[in-house]
Amino acid sequence: MTNLPLELINTCAALLLLLSFAMLSQRRVLTQVDLYAAQGLVLGVSILITAWNTHQPHLYYSAGLTLLLKVLVLPFILHRLIRRLDAIWETETLLNMPSVLLIGLLLVMFAFVLAQPISELATTLTRGTLGIALAVVMLAFLMMITRRKAVTQVVGFLAMENGLLFAAASTTYGMPMVVELGVGLDVLVGMFILGIFLFHIREQFESLDLSHLESLKED
Amino acid sequence: MAMLLLLAIPLAGALFLGLTGNRRWAPEGNALISAATLVAAIWLTGSVDAKGTVFFLGGQFFVDSFSVFLVALTALIGFTTALFSRSYMRVEVQHARIGGGRMRLYLGLYQLFIFTMLLALTSNNLGILWVAMEGATLATVLLVSLYHTAAGIEAAWKYFILCGVGIALALFGTVLMYFAASKLLGSQGTNALLWTQLEQVRGQLDARVLSLAFVFLLVGYGTKVGLAPLHNWLPDAHAEGPAPVSAVLSGLLLNVALYAVVRCKVLVAGAAHSALAGNLMMGFGLLTMTLAAFLLWRQKDIKRLFAYSSVEHMGIATFAFGMGGPVANFAALLHMTVHSLTKSSLFFTAGEAAQKTGTQLMEKIRSLLTLSPSTGWALMLGTLAILGMPPFGVFTSEFLILITAVRDHPWSTPFLLLALAVAFSAIFFRVQAMVFGESPPSQLSPRSSLVPTFVHLGLVLMLGVYIPLHLAQWYNAAAQLLG
Amino acid sequence: MGTVTLTAVLAQGTATVMAVLAAPLLLGWLNQCRAWLQNRSGPGLLQPYRQIRKLFHKDAVIASNASPLFRLVPYVELASMALAAAIIPTLWTRLPFAIAADSIALVGLFAMSRLFLALAAMDIGTAFGSLGARREMLVGFLAEPALLMVFFTTSLIAHSTSLPTIADGFAHQPFVLYPSLAFACVAFLMVLLAENARIPVDNPTTHLELTMIHEATVLEYSARHLALIEWSAALKLFNYVCIGLALFLPWGLAERPTDPTGLLLAVPALLLKLAVTGSGLALIETLNAKMRIFRAPEFLATAFLLAMLGLLVRLLLGS
Repeated sequence: MTNLPLELINTCAALLLLLSFAMLSQRRVLTQVDLYAAQGLVLGVSILITAWNTHQPHLYYSAGLTLLLKVLVLPFILHRLIRRLDAIWETETLLNMPSVLLIGLLLVMFAFVLAQPISELATTLTRGTLGIALAVVMLAFLMMITRRKAVTQVVGFLAMENGLLFAAASTTYGMPMVVELGVGLDVLVGMFILGIFLFHIREQFESLDLSHLESLKED
Repeated sequence: MAMLLLLAIPLAGALFLGLTGNRRWAPEGNALISAATLVAAIWLTGSVDAKGTVFFLGGQFFVDSFSVFLVALTALIGFTTALFSRSYMRVEVQHARIGGGRMRLYLGLYQLFIFTMLLALTSNNLGILWVAMEGATLATVLLVSLYHTAAGIEAAWKYFILCGVGIALALFGTVLMYFAASKLLGSQGTNALLWTQLEQVRGQLDARVLSLAFVFLLVGYGTKVGLAPLHNWLPDAHAEGPAPVSAVLSGLLLNVALYAVVRCKVLVAGAAHSALAGNLMMGFGLLTMTLAAFLLWRQKDIKRLFAYSSVEHMGIATFAFGMGGPVANFAALLHMTVHSLTKSSLFFTAGEAAQKTGTQLMEKIRSLLTLSPSTGWALMLGTLAILGMPPFGVFTSEFLILITAVRDHPWSTPFLLLALAVAFSAIFFRVQAMVFGESPPSQLSPRSSLVPTFVHLGLVLMLGVYIPLHLAQWYNAAAQLLG
Repeated sequence: MGTVTLTAVLAQGTATVMAVLAAPLLLGWLNQCRAWLQNRSGPGLLQPYRQIRKLFHKDAVIASNASPLFRLVPYVELASMALAAAIIPTLWTRLPFAIAADSIALVGLFAMSRLFLALAAMDIGTAFGSLGARREMLVGFLAEPALLMVFFTTSLIAHSTSLPTIADGFAHQPFVLYPSLAFACVAFLMVLLAENARIPVDNPTTHLELTMIHEATVLEYSARHLALIEWSAALKLFNYVCIGLALFLPWGLAERPTDPTGLLLAVPALLLKLAVTGSGLALIETLNAKMRIFRAPEFLATAFLLAMLGLLVRLLLGS
């Protein structure tokens, strides 16, 4: 009666959701990067389990790519960036954390409702996790809206991409390889460009606070 | 072969100029590469004309009657903008706004941007289409902040984050699309994301999933089209980047993003057997054009003014594609073409005007006609064209859209007329003051390079009075294809 | 479920009385562990008993304006906690009293005892009393939904809201990974800390009135009343730990009191689990500092969030 791979993937999904909330409530920028790396690890492991369970060779590559990019390369770059930008101890004030978390919960429910009809149609073993994937996307979105630090927005952007990848893995056992490679390349290049931007922002405004970036408005 | 050249030339050009872009001859090299791309595009157009839809690389790439004219348009505007930027960027270097290193960056990324545009247009794979659209953002985001000003960085950051979020939603839509397709076509291999394959089985795709997917795709790619309420990045990015970048953003990127939306709409409308996709597009289109028309009144910066005008025109085109039917589709395709040509020429002129007067603020730009008659006339004519004055092509397309709307969706006519009238009054009187107004002329007076501008305006004029038979046939075929 | 036979009722009665009597021992063990962890020699296991005995020998001083409610509350407290102890499976799962109240009623019982405590605190009309009452109610108001969510999650998995049934179901099914239960477990632990006035939400040993939560409500009590209150607080901790054990570590529970081999296993298992949990709680208390009172809502919001996530995960994934 027990179905170990499914249980493991469900556990991974639950962990992903938990990590999303942890990122949402985390004040320290550096810890957020670590949480992002943890999310990448969980994601990679879940894809690995799916691959092992369904014997789909391309999922192994996908899992390898995820682990390499999201657990090693991107967090490494982010750590380097934060150190170079002297932002190691940077924190941000969170306004009203409990209400942000409550909004997050509502978003999760919304995502679950939205994903329900699609999950029913899916034939994959892991279809139930689509709701969680969508929730991860929405929570990352919420994080980007509520935060004012440049690095946090970057992390939010990357977390959103994690959710999308998880969605692809859970509904259809991953996208075609060429697309996944392309997406990975885009994310990597995007990361580099964002890194360049962080330096520009710091050079120009002497801070990584995005409240400086509000001069272009209709008046 | 033509397709290979079309994609390889800009990619190789990007690498080449990325290495040698700081040489003295590099801007000419850029123009030359763009000219070669244009030749390849014409070749490809010829073969599509002769043989119909062309496939390449086992069906991974294709050009049909819908994409072929966009490919030609992209290559053409890519070439003319390269010509224009040759002199424009030299002046910027002379004024010490950018250095040699950034010139190299500019030229390399310019070619890369053209490459991503062509990749998006020729890809048959919806996933690659997504990758190319994201690549276009990545290529242009550093161009927007080329001057490293505070406002430029802010605009680029906004552009990146907003479009990044939008494009993420589009990826989710693509995942859903793949999910719906893989049940029919099998998830093995990459066929399930090929547009031509999807189009064949679109009637059997699950309507619910596709409707949801389309909402995500419309919001996602719609962000790049500049559809309200996610249009905020567009005026900032257009105003803060160099004029050639504004010209290609408005003339190419918006078109290609709209192309992506329309491609998806064809599938969804076929699968859902409902007007949902069309209605959504009509709603967003109307909202966008009305909002943009009223926001036009509040603009002080000449490039922001024309950027909002782009938002408005993209709204019109989206609305027209939403209506569907052969006439509306024909009109929308024509509108995309003439808008691209006119708007890029307007950004050329606006850039010239800003260089000559040293400001982008409209109240400080006065008496362009005495300062430089060619710039003044180009601005005036371009403005008349974009406002839909006969005999320019924009008039034809807007007229067709309007009469279709009156016939099929009479309720929308007041909105259309209102938006057009508001936009007219907002733009016309400001441009009139800039062109004819009295003011002591400024001392800056670099040599103009308005050949591309007048070429564009000439084409728009031609499309207003006479659409060549071939072009009309493509438009008709594409309009049929889009249903 | 609970077949009401004389033996069962007698056995359950005995077990409840034993729980009431043994509850301070858990508190003593917890304090002893904490002392060890902090490199102190500690007061010994029996210190809570000594304290209670000392208080019983003193003369009660009661404010002149106290209403009868004030005298009544200590008895209500102990009675409601004893009642709770009667419906929580500690040694076996066929509880004859369990039909009287399910887990949701249990939450109500806890809420009632807190309400009486807050009323008594405000009864005298001192500033600290009403401050404590207000804070106690704030904590309760935030902790209760979280506790309910924990119960909902477990009930959904076991298809019953009755605590013994849930424990029985968990104890006798093959091992299954339930991420939702993990969420619920952490949430429950946080609620436990908050409800029992432990660090990091409250400091049970504080003498600073301004930082008090629970202690401020009982400042006016003395002698036997205070003894009863402290006893019921120890019993509350015992109850909470036993609920946690029943929900998340149900192994070793016997099915009925008439099964000697089962009981022989259940008693040492319970003692071991209590000892481990007690030392675990001591460890948590040692590692954490008391948070500012304004952070308590965040702490409890997190607990609620976790419990809610557990519930959602259960609903969506069925796991």
